[in-house]
Parts: sequence; structure tokens; C-alpha cells
Amino acid sequence: MHELAITEGIINAAVPEAEKHGASRILEIRLKIGELSGVLPGYIQECFDIVSQGTIAQGARLVIERIPVTIRCLDCGFEGVIDRKKIRCPQCGGAELKLIGGREYFVDSLEVE
Amino acid sequence: MEIKIVKQILEWNEDVSNEIKKTLAEKRVCFINVMGSPGAGKTSLITALITALRDRYRIGVIEGDIAGQIDAEKMDKMGFPVVQLQTDGACHIEAMSISHILPMFDLDALDVLIVENIGNLVCPAEFNIGEDFRIAILSVPEGDDKVEKYPLMFATSQALVLNKYDMKPYFDFDDERVERNAADINARVRVFRVSARTGEGMEGLLGWLSERIEQKIKK
Repeated sequence: MHELAITEGIINAAVPEAEKHGASRILEIRLKIGELSGVLPGYIQECFDIVSQGTIAQGARLVIERIPVTIRCLDCGFEGVIDRKKIRCPQCGGAELKLIGGREYFVDSLEVE
Repeated sequence: MEIKIVKQILEWNEDVSNEIKKTLAEKRVCFINVMGSPGAGKTSLITALITALRDRYRIGVIEGDIAGQIDAEKMDKMGFPVVQLQTDGACHIEAMSISHILPMFDLDALDVLIVENIGNLVCPAEFNIGEDFRIAILSVPEGDDKVEKYPLMFATSQALVLNKYDMKPYFDFDDERVERNAADINARVRVFRVSARTGEGMEGLLGWLSERIEQKIKK
């Protein structure tokens, strides 16, 4: 539902970086979105097409890669991917976990010309 | 040409959230983020909490609303500092809005600041606003499947309040299912069954809350 705020964030992250490299147009923006984040990838492109109008990012394609939920278990030291519906250590069942990945969303790279 | 940038999209929100945390740590103000659906009973619960705690703590409220100010007016009548935050259509509160509003409070004269977030189970959970902890409210009539459907809010809250618990006889609401689902995604969450309207079950929540407030404000 807050895809608009996110889309603005994407443009704020991408456009200055592309300009710094002397690009005149952004062709593609590659995003990584964690499975635990509430972002709906399907809506982002639509929002993006509206918000990017008049910027060098207009017409760019968004390519989204999902990042699975990854934890480190503070009890047994297990590190790895877990099912996002069961936030427990798959090795020892421990619940003292540190979330290493899966909540983030970031712009990974750009394709520009 | 490919440019590698690796830039977090909501980075600015995290930065502002950390600044708020720092300010409130210096001022020893306990900052609580209350979240839940429209109609879950956020305003009623906050009102009940304040009524119970106002003799012991100096409390302020930030009322988030998409539009209108009914809730803020209700609270203003009770005579404690309340600031209305209208998001003008937005589905969540961001750290930046909080940092604009903080100067409206005399932080030296506050122990507790409660934010009533926008009624919504999805978006507010994404945005840290510098809070010490989160309270998620789920009311009995909403159904017992909400923790499964909207995991992030329940995964990131320290307390889960099952409100309108006095209505349970009239709904197919399996409280153990809710508690099980919550424990699956958040092993340390505390679950409280209350009725903000009748006051039933409030002692447990108040005890837990006072403990956390004391930890934050003690010199």
C-alpha cells in the first residue's frame, strides 16, 4: 500500500547515481526485495511508471529479485535460509535468532546509457 | 553500462528513526508505537492505558489519522498533550513525520509518548519511527487468521493485545491459534487478552507496560 513512497525512494536512489555516471537514460533498475517485507512487487512497476515521468528513469524496467529469510541462531550457531512462516532455528528449534536477511529492500544495480 | 549501487530504499527512514531514538534516550522518554486495524480499538486501549497510568507518568500522545481529528479531540478532552498527525491519505507514519512533531512536545516534561499509528495491518510495520517497542492490537471480531495473513506487524511487536475479548463467546475466534501463530514468527511476544471497554484483563498489560516504562525512564 505504500508502494508510492517506495517508488519515490527507488527514484531518489537511482537517478542521482546514474547522473553521477553521466548517464542520459536509465534502462533497467534491479531491485532486491526481502520475503519478509510487505512490498508487493506487482504494484511497484505501475507506481514507478507514473512517478518516474519526466525523469531520466522514465520508461525503465524494474527487475525484482526476492531475498529469502536468513537467520543466525544464537543458541546453536546455525546460519541459513528458513521458511518465512516459521521463524525458528531449523536445527535446534531455538528462538533466539538474529535476522540476517529478508526484511530489506534495496536498489542493487542500474543499466544505463 | 551497468552501475552497481546497493542502496537501501528506505535508508533515510532508518536514519531519522535512529536520530529520534537518540533524542528520546537522552530525554528518557519511553516511546510506544501502537498498531492495528481500523476498529481494533487502538484509541480505546490507549485511552484506558492513560487513565490507568496518568497518576504515575507524564504521558503524551501522537494521533495518526489519514483524515479528520475525532480521536485527537477525544483525547484532548482528557487533558493531556496530544498532537494530531494527519497523513493526508498515506497508509503509515514515517520517522520524518515524528521528527517534525517532536518539537511540539516539552520532552523534559514527559515520561511516555504513545503513537497511535494509522489503522492498517500492513504498511505501518515497515517503518521504524524510533520507538522503544511496538504493541499490536488484534480484536476478536477481526478473526483469528490475521497473524498468518499479516505476519510482519506481529513479528516485530513486543506485545500482542487481543482486544474485545469479552466478545469471544459470539465469534469463532480461536485464541490459541493466534497465540501459536504469533509464537511461530515471534517467540518472545507477550500476548494479553483484554477488553479495553470493560477493563477486563488490563492488569497484566499494565504491569508489563509499567516495567518497560520504568526501565526506560529510570535515572
